[in-house]
Amino acid sequence: MTHPIRSRPRSRAVRRRAGRAGQYLALLGYLVFLAFPLLWLVSTAFKPPRELASSHPQWIPDQPTWDNFRQALDEQPLLRAAGNSLLAAGSAALIAVLLAVPMAYALARRRSWLSRAATGWVVVSQAFPLVLLIIPLFLLLKHLRLIDAMPGLVMVYVVWSLPFALWLLTGYVRALPPELEEAAAVDGAGRLRTLVSVTVPLLAPGIAATALFAFITAWNEFFFALVLLKSPEKQTMPVVLTHFLGAEGVADLGPLAAASLLATLPSLLLFALLQRRISGGMLAGAVKH
Amino acid sequence: MRRRTLLAATWAAPATALAGCATRRRRAADGSVTLRFQSLAWQQESIEVNKRLVREWNAAHPKVTVEYVQGSWDGVHDQLLTAFEGGEAPDVIHDASDDLADFAYGGSLADLTGLLPRALTQDIPEHSWRTTTFGDGVFGVPFLQEPRVIMADLDRLERARVRIPTAGEPWSWPEFEEVARRLTGEGRYGVAWPLKEPVSATLNLSLSTGGQTFHRGADGKVTVRFDAAEQRVPRVVHDQVNTDRSAARTTLGMGGSDTLPGFFDGRYAMVPLGFSYRQQIVQQAPRGFRWTVLPAPAGPGGDQRQGVSPQTLSIAEDSPYREEAAAFIAFLLRPRNMVRLALGDWMLPTGRQALAHPALHTERRGWATGTALARHLRSAPAQSVRGYPEWKDKIATPAFQEYYSGAIGEDSLRHKLVADGNLVLRRYQR
Repeated sequence: MTHPIRSRPRSRAVRRRAGRAGQYLALLGYLVFLAFPLLWLVSTAFKPPRELASSHPQWIPDQPTWDNFRQALDEQPLLRAAGNSLLAAGSAALIAVLLAVPMAYALARRRSWLSRAATGWVVVSQAFPLVLLIIPLFLLLKHLRLIDAMPGLVMVYVVWSLPFALWLLTGYVRALPPELEEAAAVDGAGRLRTLVSVTVPLLAPGIAATALFAFITAWNEFFFALVLLKSPEKQTMPVVLTHFLGAEGVADLGPLAAASLLATLPSLLLFALLQRRISGGMLAGAVKH
Repeated sequence: MRRRTLLAATWAAPATALAGCATRRRRAADGSVTLRFQSLAWQQESIEVNKRLVREWNAAHPKVTVEYVQGSWDGVHDQLLTAFEGGEAPDVIHDASDDLADFAYGGSLADLTGLLPRALTQDIPEHSWRTTTFGDGVFGVPFLQEPRVIMADLDRLERARVRIPTAGEPWSWPEFEEVARRLTGEGRYGVAWPLKEPVSATLNLSLSTGGQTFHRGADGKVTVRFDAAEQRVPRVVHDQVNTDRSAARTTLGMGGSDTLPGFFDGRYAMVPLGFSYRQQIVQQAPRGFRWTVLPAPAGPGGDQRQGVSPQTLSIAEDSPYREEAAAFIAFLLRPRNMVRLALGDWMLPTGRQALAHPALHTERRGWATGTALARHLRSAPAQSVRGYPEWKDKIATPAFQEYYSGAIGEDSLRHKLVADGNLVLRRYQR
């Protein structure tokens, strides 16, 4: 008679363990799925031409080589392009954050028809496709003498990433308890002081996420850079990468993979640096203490 | 392409008005000028040749300096469109003839009639000039082109004891089908058709069977037809994939490069590809792999015509230095230089004198076969058809893909290409 009673908790524990193992397996599968393109890129970057054209592709190259990297660096000014991309993306991220923080604060805390309309406009502005903007932007920048100039490109990137950055940060600001700011006000802090000393430190995860978003958007952007910059010495990484592509999609695959791998490193590095802050921010407020 | 149409339609008019305010570049006090030459050369050999030619020009012409600007095939149409509308286009523009129609009709490119030296205009054959002639004007100099050829596994052909065709005695389409059947078996295919972009390949090869696809009426309006002459080549591909299974089904969605591993591995005995793919084969083929270049099959009466869209050099309408730009183009395309450009890109020059160069007549790497085909190359059927990009993207590409995969039959394909297709073209010809 006692057996069934004893076995019930044991079977429940077994089921729980099996369920957990299943979850981990699913997670592992998902991670492999996500990482597959990057891992394949790494593998391709180290393969000699004959292995690239093998009909039995292998993960680990038989004869790994640095030749693709050497060729990519010899043929195209990748380091210069990376420097240009870093300048454009870094500046765009910095400016976007500097603008988005006070704007998001105002939108979140000043509840009026104007802030609602502004938030609506931010959302609507995301709906405009790139192709509708490029020629007016080009003409505008031309009148400002900002064609073929890095500040022009940075300006475009800021404008391009600002709506989403604003929308993202507004959510973070709304999640902060207003009592903290009220307490600061009671202690005599003005709006600016409250923003700088109270809100911004609490917003760090949101700022990190916004900066990362703005940086990666600008770092990967191709079309604006192609159209707005003419001088070879100003070209950014995505534009230079297309020099490994010919007509009708023919590609110099090995050097392209090597160059693309180098191009992903800064984004990965930045993500690794900011990842803790971002995940911290995402979890913030999830549990009430 | 949809983006391209939208971009053009939405902004061309207002942008042109604004672009009128463009500041025009001036000649320096000593009369010297700087030309911007945007090149789309992408392979190392080709980039080096282009840059070397620019250096040679600059050394010989101190008052007309050419600045080399590296462009990219990816996004070139949108990039040029924006540059034209903004009045910032390069003076000398490298592109392909099938990309020029919108720019030529839209007034962005200069008419080269009377600008080029007679030696150059006479050296390039009339049928090549037709690829860059839109309306009454000539809007580009066609200088490099490539026929579609068959890259073949020589060992398998020899083992199957089939007749090896030459440019003088090509296979007929039925003979090609027969050879493909003989080469098929034991999990291996006679042929692999890389038809990720099925339209241009189909239309260009259909010239050999008399298929024009686009027919211009007495009123100048173009209509699509898909009659017996147009149906012949698509039917070959369809039957090879779906009936006798001598062609691999999996390669229908592939680009040319994607089929090479299977080619090297012996899975496919023949792959129809552009002539310049020889470079990839040379770089990637395993040691000891014996391959050869065969001409595309011929139509009735040995007709070897096929459509091409040559690479071109044009001058921007807004360029203040058209004569200097034309002189630079003439220099770049001197027979000797045209040969250097052709060798760098593994393509054929259009000029008769360049084509006669011994370097292009060697049997090595199939040069002689390709060179012998040059006289059969004609302007691609779709070349000057307004609305072709939309017809191709919205109608023809999905229709051919469905037909080749066996999802629809010939009647349905015909209905889509003709009935639906003419509705699209009509909008552009009102």
